[in-house]
Amino acid sequence: MTFGQLPYDVAHLFGGGMLLLSFMLLYQRRVTAVINGLAIQGAILACAAAWQGGMQSAPQLYLTALIAFAAKAVLIPLALRVLIRRLDMDRTVDTAMGVGPSLIAGVALVALAILVVLPITTGARAIAREDLALALSVVLLGMLMMITRRNAILQVAGLMSMENGLILAAVGVAGMPLVVELSTAALVMVVLVVAGVFVFQIRERFDSVDVSLLDPHRGEGR
Amino acid sequence: MLTGLLLGIGLLALLALVAAGSGWVPGQERRAARAVHGGCLVIGLGFAGVAAAKLGMGLPEVPMALPFGPPWGAAVVALDGLSAWFLLLLGLSGASASLFALGMPPETGRVLVPFPLMLAGMALTLIAADGFTLLLGFEVMSFASWALIAADHAEAENRAAARRYLMFAVLAGACLVPAFGLLAGPAGSLEFSALRASPPEGWRAGAVLALGLAGAGAKAGLVPLHAWLPPAYRAASGPVSALMSGVMYKVALYVLARLLLDLCGPVQPAWWGVPLVVAGAVSALFGALRANMEAEIQPLLACSTIENIGFITLGFGLTLAFRGADLGPLAALAAGASLLHALNHGIFKTLLFLVAGAVRNAAGSQRIDRLGGLIHAMPVTALAALVGIGAAASLPPLAGFASEWLLLEALLAGWRVSDIVFQVVVAAATALVAMAAALAAAAMVRFFGLVFLGRPRSPRGAGAREAPLKERWALLLPAGLVVLLGLFPGLLLALAAPAIRVLAGPATPTPATPTPAPAGLVLVAGEGASTYLPLAVALLLALVLVTLWFLVRRRSTGATQRGPVWNGGFSDPPPFLHFGDPLTQPGAAGFAQPLRQMLGSALLGAREVVMMRPPGDPRPGHFAAHAADPTPGWLLMPLARLRDGIAARAERLRDLTIRGCLSLSFGTLVVLLALLAWLEAR
Repeated sequence: MTFGQLPYDVAHLFGGGMLLLSFMLLYQRRVTAVINGLAIQGAILACAAAWQGGMQSAPQLYLTALIAFAAKAVLIPLALRVLIRRLDMDRTVDTAMGVGPSLIAGVALVALAILVVLPITTGARAIAREDLALALSVVLLGMLMMITRRNAILQVAGLMSMENGLILAAVGVAGMPLVVELSTAALVMVVLVVAGVFVFQIRERFDSVDVSLLDPHRGEGR
Repeated sequence: MLTGLLLGIGLLALLALVAAGSGWVPGQERRAARAVHGGCLVIGLGFAGVAAAKLGMGLPEVPMALPFGPPWGAAVVALDGLSAWFLLLLGLSGASASLFALGMPPETGRVLVPFPLMLAGMALTLIAADGFTLLLGFEVMSFASWALIAADHAEAENRAAARRYLMFAVLAGACLVPAFGLLAGPAGSLEFSALRASPPEGWRAGAVLALGLAGAGAKAGLVPLHAWLPPAYRAASGPVSALMSGVMYKVALYVLARLLLDLCGPVQPAWWGVPLVVAGAVSALFGALRANMEAEIQPLLACSTIENIGFITLGFGLTLAFRGADLGPLAALAAGASLLHALNHGIFKTLLFLVAGAVRNAAGSQRIDRLGGLIHAMPVTALAALVGIGAAASLPPLAGFASEWLLLEALLAGWRVSDIVFQVVVAAATALVAMAAALAAAAMVRFFGLVFLGRPRSPRGAGAREAPLKERWALLLPAGLVVLLGLFPGLLLALAAPAIRVLAGPATPTPATPTPAPAGLVLVAGEGASTYLPLAVALLLALVLVTLWFLVRRRSTGATQRGPVWNGGFSDPPPFLHFGDPLTQPGAAGFAQPLRQMLGSALLGAREVVMMRPPGDPRPGHFAAHAADPTPGWLLMPLARLRDGIAARAERLRDLTIRGCLSLSFGTLVVLLALLAWLEAR
């Protein structure tokens, strides 16, 4: 299965779509738009998982797709939206790094991911290689997003995007047991809950969700 | 045979478990102590028996793969000549120490648990035939001995000693692990046969040499990595320190020899010997000099151990150099000297530390200034000590002489290596070794004279009683061995032939081939230039002594008369001072004064301050003598400062903002990925 065959192309399309959405998340200035982007990325992830399930004829991947869709495309964005409404935050985002530099950094990270993954997976199937490269790019972009944003909600969004990349990698590899994916998904839900509580606490204390306000309040050494 | 050894190691581990379990049952300490030490005694004798059988009958070396091991392969054990030689020492010394411990009041679980574990770790190190098993045993030994040093942890001094020891043990591990890793190279197999097949070259070989010397040297106490030694011995009890000094250093030296002389292959260049020769000679001199300054008996003996470790290392260095210069017989001579000295020192130092333990138990102190005159209260112990110090001072018919003589012969043949640098180094080392041997003799005279002769220096010392029966037997066993080893060094060398072949190369003849004379009774150095007949020397000495005794008996009038004699100001005690005036006897610092003034000021930074009052001032004058080891100053202190600096810098990381922390991990990840990409692109 190589370039030009339908299963390969569709899988590639989904992966590329996720990567594209990662870039969108990176430059998006408004919080609601970021959450929308995250929801779309989750939906594409669900599609990718379902497609892989069909391709590898692995029925458990349909379950993964279902969970991904329910959690990533519906529940988590809904929760984040509720959070924003409760917090009544302003709609614009102040980034710690300009949009231009962060996009350039993102492109560099994608190049790095390709340079790393393609040579070490020479023995693997072409589709798994491409998928891994895309997934690693999504993970790296998610991390980049976490460090370029000051808003706690957007850091959570970056974390979710990173996790999407991990699931993409997991479904691309044939034979990954279901329990790994399930436990990862459960972990992300827990992280979301914790992060939500955390954001509320920050908000209560400081009347803002800008994490840089936390720095003067750390324990020793200050 | 190997199965038996493994069974022994397993039993030792089981004994540790039993000891740990007995801690839960009150009132069982005595029984547990008896079980543990009795078991160690039996297993130690078993080890010695197996090793002697292996050496004596020349049983073949068959590596055995265990059904378990690290993830990448099975653990392999084997018993070759070198292992068997050191196992013999382990068995004999371990049995003596256990026998002695049986006679002592029962120890607590803090000693009973690690004691058999230490023996097990050492045995495992010796029979290991792959790098992983060897390091595993080595670390078990290190941590068990750390627990033994820290056993009496109520005193802050002991805790500090244990902490310092632990740092050096970790340093040894941190050097030896990469050394084996470098040796394994890209192939990755740690089995000894695979390591031998691909000897290191170029910078890898140099790195293995440096790391191996630092790692094994830190554990063996080579100068300048010896700073942990005297305090650790101050903290350890008698049998424990006997085991540590008698065997643990030898195990570290075994690792050194195994790593540098065996696994690195027989074709390493001659200059490889130079670092070992230098380290050995410096250690020998430094240890012997410090032994003359120490004020407590166990640190004194520990410093003497540094000296002897130096001799053995020097012998290994000479072996490397001679082998590199294709001088097979001389290499065998040096290797034989080293191995023989390792065994001899192991036995006589075990004996001396057990004597120190007996003195400590009986007189309640190990400070020389509180002991004295113990020969009256403890005649058997004093006899054993006399044998021990005779061997440590390398007096002819006893154990230490033959090996040191062989070592000096090997040193004197050092000019045969046609490299001017090496010749100069060997000439200097010869001078240092001769001086160290003399200083060691002085230290032993000081030890015996101040502790056993003269008059008690404290009421507690005057109340000393002879050691209990089992302790006395435990002293007489190694004392007898010292005499035997001294009388039959030729036989021992013949026994060590398999070990010598491992070190000096397979094709070399054994040194001291018992030429026409009765086998094993004559020791021939090198190519027959000089010989040593220990039995003849012993007979001559006995003849002279007996004749002298008879002459004195015949010529004397028979009646004993006591008269006033001048005895250096050492007067009889006046009635108002029960134990005599302590100032009329030379003390530990006073006895050390000549050497301190001659050599101490240059090497140990010794200072003496005399404060005279001006005329008319009625207050007493004051004299203070001070000697300190310089190595902590220029090695440990900078290291400690470096550690503090790194810690302070690492502390600063904690002050990073949340985004800073995230960026740090992200940056690390990106850098690692880039490194991976770069490595793949190459």
